Amino acid sequence: MATATNVMARPASASGLWSWITTVDHKRIGILYGVTAFLFFLLAGIEAGVIRMQLAVPDNTLVSPDVFNQMFTMHATAMIFMAIMPMSSAFFNFIIPLAIGARDVAFPRLNAFSYWTFLFGALLIHFSFVVQQVPDAGWFSYANLSEKPFSSGQGIDFWALGLQVLGVASLAAAFNFVVTIINMRAPGMSLMRMPLFVWMTLVTSILLVLAFPVITVGLIELTMDRAFGTSFFNTAGGGDPILWQHLFWIFGHPEVYILILPPMGIVSEIIPTFSKKPLFGYPVMVFSGIVIGIMGWAVWSHHMFTVGLGPVANSVFTITTMLIAVPTGVKIFNWIGTMWGGSIEFKTPMLFAIGFVALFIVGGLSGVSHAVSPSDAQQQDTYYIVAHIHYVLFGGSIFGLFAGIYYWFPKITGRLMHEGLGKLNFWLMFVGMNITFFPMHFLGLNGMPRRIYTYSSDFGWDWLNLVASAGYFVLFAGIVAFLVNFFITVKNGKLAGHDPWDAPGLEWTIASPPPVYNFAKVPQVVGLDHYWLVKRRAAAEGHPITEAEAYVDPETIHMPSPSYWPIVTAFGVLVLAAGFLIEFPWPYIKFPVPIIGGIISFIGVLGWSFEPAAPEAHHGSEDHH
Amino acid sequence: MAYASGQLPTTDVDHTYTTTGLNHRKLLMWTFLSSDCLFFGALIATYMVYRGQSLVGPYPIDIIDIPLTTISTFVLLCSSFAMVQALAATNRNDQRGIQLWLLATILMGATFIGFQIYEFNAFRMEGLKIDTNLFGTTFFTLTGFHGAHVTLGLVWLTILLIMGRKGKLGPAQSLDVEIAGLYWHFVDIVWIVIFTLLYLIGGFDAGPTAGLLIEPSLLSLPT
Repeated sequence: MATATNVMARPASASGLWSWITTVDHKRIGILYGVTAFLFFLLAGIEAGVIRMQLAVPDNTLVSPDVFNQMFTMHATAMIFMAIMPMSSAFFNFIIPLAIGARDVAFPRLNAFSYWTFLFGALLIHFSFVVQQVPDAGWFSYANLSEKPFSSGQGIDFWALGLQVLGVASLAAAFNFVVTIINMRAPGMSLMRMPLFVWMTLVTSILLVLAFPVITVGLIELTMDRAFGTSFFNTAGGGDPILWQHLFWIFGHPEVYILILPPMGIVSEIIPTFSKKPLFGYPVMVFSGIVIGIMGWAVWSHHMFTVGLGPVANSVFTITTMLIAVPTGVKIFNWIGTMWGGSIEFKTPMLFAIGFVALFIVGGLSGVSHAVSPSDAQQQDTYYIVAHIHYVLFGGSIFGLFAGIYYWFPKITGRLMHEGLGKLNFWLMFVGMNITFFPMHFLGLNGMPRRIYTYSSDFGWDWLNLVASAGYFVLFAGIVAFLVNFFITVKNGKLAGHDPWDAPGLEWTIASPPPVYNFAKVPQVVGLDHYWLVKRRAAAEGHPITEAEAYVDPETIHMPSPSYWPIVTAFGVLVLAAGFLIEFPWPYIKFPVPIIGGIISFIGVLGWSFEPAAPEAHHGSEDHH
Repeated sequence: MAYASGQLPTTDVDHTYTTTGLNHRKLLMWTFLSSDCLFFGALIATYMVYRGQSLVGPYPIDIIDIPLTTISTFVLLCSSFAMVQALAATNRNDQRGIQLWLLATILMGATFIGFQIYEFNAFRMEGLKIDTNLFGTTFFTLTGFHGAHVTLGLVWLTILLIMGRKGKLGPAQSLDVEIAGLYWHFVDIVWIVIFTLLYLIGGFDAGPTAGLLIEPSLLSLPT
């Protein structure tokens, strides 16, 4: 049994590369998520640069039409699935357990599995660049374009299988956060005392749980069409390409809220903190977030107004789409209401949060304009739509996430980011964003279609395109300012202390960076804006709180042990999916490699299940059975 | 709330504390099952949209054998009864009962899979393959994924049975058996929906004109 014991023993190193590979600490996984997502954000940003340079002048020949198709496909796919979603995930991981007073997530190993699966899925899609089979059918890969006769290379296979793996990662994380938020709140934190960011994470996780299986089925059907010659979306066999659009957008529209709700939650934390006022209309903010989550399921066909679903369907989806603007508008008014009469501090996180509100209003209004199906018929597939999505996803999601980075950076690293560089970063991004994307409204209304690789000077689109391309450099400078700020802060930024912003959340009661056990003693939550209540009472009674919770010897608090099974299982999932790229000319089993992947995953799950529980039971983790 | 002035309010809870009192893993299984509902929902929707849209035969009415599948359905539903008994035996620490009822569940589940393999093979012999027509495509995909779920459940139950034979199952492991049971019952319930829609209702579908959900003239099908 000696060997068996060795295989089953849990890894114990606390530093070095191996400790990161086997870590189950939500804070480390959060950092891994954040850094990886930012690298893909940069990569996708460079792809956007190629697009803008190609379109800067008419009749440009900088890149070929094929490369252009690959660039807009990979730019959108990477930004959505490998930058914005995992960056939100980074905050879920790092902040949620701290914000609810827990020592870790409900399933620490599942969390590690989620990160490794995400990384492998992202690498699988990007491996397509290595073998020169890059996906090129747009981020929604519409049938018939994605079917074998029209995309004969392996690009679509990379796209479909890579997304499948990323979907497994998202689902694993979403299961974890639903259970963590419902079940691991510290005593006293009732649902209506949860910070807005925790609420929005819960709604987002539920959306992920319910939306991802639909795209999973869509991707399975697409892969089967391509690998086994079925006719799900193939008209020659009687299939209907519109079914793909339905499956994609039934997932795709909740996905839009998956991208925007977490930043909305982040902004709802920041605006009260820097206005020195509780969030205006907290219950309504919670309610409108839930309504958005529910109604997000009833609007998907507004992506398909020009498909020809008929006047009844178009009218119904016009009405539901206009209705969903109501809870969104409520949120905007409540953010403004929070700032109204507050003593506002214009620190960098607050600037990004206000920028979020302002730019999201622009994106929201253009959204309402194509909620109306007749008006959408003019805007469909033009640069007007490109302007809209960038105002809600860049001006919205990315600004919200940058606000979150500046807000929580002192908690995560213990150091305050440089204010001057932060403000420079904000203004470059804010101005650059508007120079780049605002002209696209006019370009779209003047008839410039999306996804064309070049245009003739006769159309009169020249100077607006040139302005948009110039704006890219301003944006780029903003990102460079951020990177400079990041590196100088990590190296010798000002020490932050535990509560640099006088914030209301539980995460600010503990040291920065948080000790491995988070909370030495389980907090008793006294109300909404817990830490404010505690600090105000302490100050009123003459014993103001100036220190974080005192350190204790980490050895006295039992935490989940590291494990290497998550990465083994994740690797199995990768082989299982990637195996469908390698076809063998055998009679019965065309795809033997996925079987190997399945076996690796199975061994991983077995090892995971029978891994010895850590020696002594501890608070709130999967290990104590 | 009583706590010392100038201090952070804290509390003492033991390591089994959860906000709702539910176990994490049980909540995880329910969350997973809600997700799986949408997975099967999307597959079933695909089948329903393509009902009666096959351009060439064999059509369901030519090959669907309702009496045969009624038997396998009956066996699968009975396995849920055995699963309930296995959990009850675990709770009262009836070692013989645990092994007996888990084995019965596995045998009935395996019987169902046996029928499915027979059925798939029979269809293949009669000329229905996954790429023959839309019926073949949607039928094999939906029932195939259901069969994969059942097979996964069988592997899980077999592991539990091995643990049971080593005497490692008892009231302390009640939750392990209960969660496997939740999964097993869910897979059974999904089959009730599939059996109703694909066999009892869809089993009489013929060529591209019969039993349609969508008027064919609305789809410009190649003729």
